[in-house]
Amino acid sequence: MAVEPGAKRRAHQWREEVYSQQGERDAEFSTMSGHPIEPLYTAEDTAADDERIGYPGEYPFTRGPYPSMYRGRLWTMRQFAGFGTVEETNERFHYLLDHGQTGLSTAFDMPTLMGYDSDHHRSLGEVGREGVAVDSLDDMEQLFAGIPLGGVTTSMTINAPAAILLAFYVLVAEEQGIPAEKLGGTIQTDILKEYIAQKEWCFPIEPAMRLVTDMIEWCSQKMPRWHPVSISGYHIREAGSTAQQELAFTLKDGFTYVERAIERGLDVDDFAPRLSFFFNAHIDFFEEIAKYRAARRIWAREMRDTYGAKREESMRLRFHAQTAGVSLTAQQPLNNVVRTSLEALAAVLGGTQSLHTNSFDEALALPTEEAVRVALRTQQIIATESGVTNTADPLGGSYFVEKLTDEMEQAAYGYFARIDELGGMVEAIRRNFPQREIADSAFTYQRELDERKRIVVGVNDFIQDGEEPTPILKIDAALEQKQVDRLQATKARRDGAAVERALAELKRAAATEENLMPSIIEAARARATEGEMIVAMQEVFGTYTESPVF
Amino acid sequence: MATATARKIRVVVAKPGLDGHDRGAKIIARALRDAGMEVIYTGLHQTPEQIAETVIQEDADAVGLSILSGAHMTLVPRVVALLAEQGVDDVLVTVGGTIPADDIPELKKLGVAEVFTPGAGTDDIVDFIRAGAAERHQNTD
Repeated sequence: MAVEPGAKRRAHQWREEVYSQQGERDAEFSTMSGHPIEPLYTAEDTAADDERIGYPGEYPFTRGPYPSMYRGRLWTMRQFAGFGTVEETNERFHYLLDHGQTGLSTAFDMPTLMGYDSDHHRSLGEVGREGVAVDSLDDMEQLFAGIPLGGVTTSMTINAPAAILLAFYVLVAEEQGIPAEKLGGTIQTDILKEYIAQKEWCFPIEPAMRLVTDMIEWCSQKMPRWHPVSISGYHIREAGSTAQQELAFTLKDGFTYVERAIERGLDVDDFAPRLSFFFNAHIDFFEEIAKYRAARRIWAREMRDTYGAKREESMRLRFHAQTAGVSLTAQQPLNNVVRTSLEALAAVLGGTQSLHTNSFDEALALPTEEAVRVALRTQQIIATESGVTNTADPLGGSYFVEKLTDEMEQAAYGYFARIDELGGMVEAIRRNFPQREIADSAFTYQRELDERKRIVVGVNDFIQDGEEPTPILKIDAALEQKQVDRLQATKARRDGAAVERALAELKRAAATEENLMPSIIEAARARATEGEMIVAMQEVFGTYTESPVF
Repeated sequence: MATATARKIRVVVAKPGLDGHDRGAKIIARALRDAGMEVIYTGLHQTPEQIAETVIQEDADAVGLSILSGAHMTLVPRVVALLAEQGVDDVLVTVGGTIPADDIPELKKLGVAEVFTPGAGTDDIVDFIRAGAAERHQNTD
């Protein structure tokens, strides 16, 4: 439906004759990504019955992946957790479940993320600091002690070694009597964004991509309820990208995985329904909501028109969101409760399927129990008290939100074209394109803060002198030795010869084109450690060193 | 009397350990370069040994250790000790990252000149390094 000529004249007239009578404050009227915002949006900016907006649960899913949205089912409240050894983290898992969270999310420590065992010299000082230390199946068993894996979905944030952790999880469930095909959950696996932003790698890009495709293929056959990849923008954004870059690079990574799986010979409708996404929920409220809506519309269109998907489930983008860690301040930490609330609300109004809310003390450390409880309560208050769950896509039809959604979409396609010109995402990464874009955006934003063009309360304005330091979680240094002892015990108990055979078999398979999941599972079953399996594969694949730009 | 040398201040910006958070380190590296200093960014996943070697090889006036993994109380003392072992005691050592307030006094006792925590202004960091490195220039003339 065309906008009536009368409406056009009216908006222009208002701008020229009414708005211009008042002065503007001396401030930036753009999003935190630098996207300019107009003083007013009107019917001129959008056609409310545009089929590009559509209906929730129907192509192009702009208004949500499901018809009923939160009337049918609330988002999963899924707090990222992990520190110390599996004993401490299992305790935190139980605490969170007891306080009403509805899904698990596992944070692993730096050595585990980078493929090092806890007794490796590079693990010194790092064990259990940023997440939980997991070296073998023995650890994984205790991580989920008292938690029936058939009754909960679990997310695991791990990428280069993802196949190994998935093997551990499947085996723990098997020991609990639960077959793999019944398991629901997600493993992050998104290696492209590692080279771009999170920077946790074990292998060069091509063998790493092979492993991703192996997992997509294997899960499509053996674990129909499982999400083998969580195509992520969170980390890209935390590294300093704009919202537009987060959207574009994430979707382009996703398309790249789709292409590789199709090249492998998989039917897109056999794996696409279980591709999932993970976005940042940052502080610029409307930009985030527009970002999620644009993401759904772009994914739906490309899956149908470019990749030939026939099933609606293949076109339907579903995502987890985490409130922006980088927005938290060490100064006046209680202000972070406000930030997290706004960010969580944006994610909900944007239609997220799963949500982690940061704790107020997380600018400097992992969260204490008290702080993470407040973060969980934030979600529960939004869900039960605010009323925003009563209808799908409450902001749909808003002139501002629809216009911003359109503009986010256009910006994304601009980036797709540039990446295609470079030869696709893998080649773009080799040439440092997304990395440089991110570094430039991060620097621009920091200059804006330094020059006070943008304000962060408590940091460059509304500063409070003489604050008392907030009590924060301290990781007991003794836990590192405790984990090393656990690892030695595992090695002492296991059948060393069986491990050797399993690792040799893994190495053999790695040098072929076979799917590596079966040999990884067998090695895991024999109690080969994560580090041992990674080394076996590195002997075939090699390692990776970046050539950084700044 | 100090000679009016045109030698730029040389700063190594380093990422010790397994920590992959490089947003801040890259911003500081660029800001220092824009401020006219010679910047050597080590990239990620540096061992303390690699960092000490880079500082010495590059004849650095200052080294900024960026660390957000919680492993700072192991890795920073190790870098400081290695520099001392090699007889390098005039390099300005600064630390940036997610460093709890409680850890700062101990780091400073070890010889870290300053710790820049979240919210620190870029210009303050640049000024501190320029002043600290210049002081060392004076002391060696």
